[in-house]
Amino acid sequence: MGVILAGVSFAIDGTGILADVSADIPTGSVTGLLGPNGAGKSTLLRLIAGIETPDAGEVRLDGTVVASLPRREAARRIALLEQSAAPSVDLSVREVVLLGRIPHRSRVLGSFGGDDDRRVADRSLAMVGSAEFADRQWHTLSGGQQQRVQIARALAQEPSLLLLDEPTNHLDVSAQLSLLGQVRGLGLTSVMALHDLNLAAAYCDHILLLHRGRLVASGTPEEVLRPAIIAEVYGVDCDILEHPRGGHPVIVFSPSTTPEEADR
Amino acid sequence: MTGKGGGRVPRGAYLGWLVLSVVALALASALAVAVGPAEVSLAEVIGSIAGHLGLPVGAGVPPLTDSIVWELRLPRVLTAAAVGAGLALSGAVMQSVTRNPLADPYLLGLSSGASLGAVCVVILGVGFALPAAAFAGALLALVATLSIARVGGTISPGRAVLSGLAIAQLAAAGTSFVIFWSAKGDSYREILNWLLGSLAGSSWTSVAISASALAVVGAGIVLAATRLDAFAFGDTSAAALGIHVNRTRWALLGAVALLTGSMVAVSGAIGFVGLILPHLVRGLSGPGHRRLLPLAAILGALFLVVADTLARTVFDPRELPVGIITAFIGVPAFILLIKRKRSAAWA
Repeated sequence: MGVILAGVSFAIDGTGILADVSADIPTGSVTGLLGPNGAGKSTLLRLIAGIETPDAGEVRLDGTVVASLPRREAARRIALLEQSAAPSVDLSVREVVLLGRIPHRSRVLGSFGGDDDRRVADRSLAMVGSAEFADRQWHTLSGGQQQRVQIARALAQEPSLLLLDEPTNHLDVSAQLSLLGQVRGLGLTSVMALHDLNLAAAYCDHILLLHRGRLVASGTPEEVLRPAIIAEVYGVDCDILEHPRGGHPVIVFSPSTTPEEADR
Repeated sequence: MTGKGGGRVPRGAYLGWLVLSVVALALASALAVAVGPAEVSLAEVIGSIAGHLGLPVGAGVPPLTDSIVWELRLPRVLTAAAVGAGLALSGAVMQSVTRNPLADPYLLGLSSGASLGAVCVVILGVGFALPAAAFAGALLALVATLSIARVGGTISPGRAVLSGLAIAQLAAAGTSFVIFWSAKGDSYREILNWLLGSLAGSSWTSVAISASALAVVGAGIVLAATRLDAFAFGDTSAAALGIHVNRTRWALLGAVALLTGSMVAVSGAIGFVGLILPHLVRGLSGPGHRRLLPLAAILGALFLVVADTLARTVFDPRELPVGIITAFIGVPAFILLIKRKRSAAWA
């Protein structure tokens, strides 16, 4: 079942953002959403999460049309981690993770931080190896630790689908690798927007490549990450090698030699 | 202002603060009724109130003392408590839904807008419409401030405060103009009372307006506590947690305009209660709104009862507009806030 995108189109104020995007995302797989800035990656994640409704087409999760779900019901099934966010007030790590319980609470006077919620929050923190930070203040954590806590918050929603918008932004190499390893290890159906093609090649089962709001390629990293496709979408020259240990593709970029660049 | 490294405030500690605040509010209110040019004992205060409520408590109270307590001081203290609670709640809600730690009905121009609305009606002499006009003024000022501050779909805290300043100045000028133009009685005093806030004119009508607004709107806000929590990481994250972001934000801001309007209708524009109380209270309650809102309301009430008692007794027989006292306390706290905060939302 998983996620099915069927002819999804979306425009803001008459400007087309996404046009006729169709794809299958199998249950339990990790899918990378690639594309240059402005390709529509974040918007597609918002549509999959049900925060926006497609102008045409539909997003189905396990057979249910996401746009037909009440917001709260959607939030119990789908968790979205937006790009580097910070809280407006000082929160402890456990308080941040407890926010993920909001969709599961009664609408009026839902008990904040009841025992069940605390258990789920602590378990979620443990799943991303951050149990020892529970009582720390959020703003004292490193960027990588903050992202893990955000994933714990998403897990506290107990979703069947996890969406991540550039989760490795601003992280150092070791934090990037351990974070993506963590996401893979969860076994959840995950869709993440990424900028780094090599990270996508190493950690994703499937790649969806967006360009100017259209899906230009989809498939395994080997199928999508080819020099011709990358040249067309990103306008850069590259070679594809085989990773000496993992066997997955490694993209090696060549210094830019387009005419405009050479003239400088 | 905020807990350092401690994480969660234990339930026992929070309940302790809650009980302590309620007791302090009751005591301060009783003392506030007793204090003033005509000395009244606490026993007489209790006796008078019990007599009017038909309770068989306390001895007979002289008629003059009884009318000082029941007609003058008690309505004033009760109005102060309701207004303080209402403003503190308004500030807490605004800070959360706009994600702006500087948000407050006074700084963002709502109070001045409400004053202008109220003054127009007072001058025209349509008494019963007073809270409605103040509400309309507060709502217009809020919409104006947020539309001016909005750039490319986002509203930065700094721009919101600057736009609020502009709207507040405009509304204050409008208020002064309307009062001068009507030119009857002591214009200057009346202008000061509306612009700086004063509880001197409190009556049982003031109590009815402010207390019923607090009970109805305040209860609605407290019931939305979980939804307010969801705004901590911003709109997208609130939506991803199942909140209808726009609907919820405008409903809550509308409630704040109604609450602020009702409070300003009886007291004028009292500043800084809504700004500093939520920040102080988060240190005692933690950031969760289910705990923050009730404690902020009680401590807001206590703060304004004390401030108003100071306003009418320190320079006895002259009386200060209570807004002067809240500014003397609030501005240093405001400066501390600006200096100390490090959350990214301040950028």
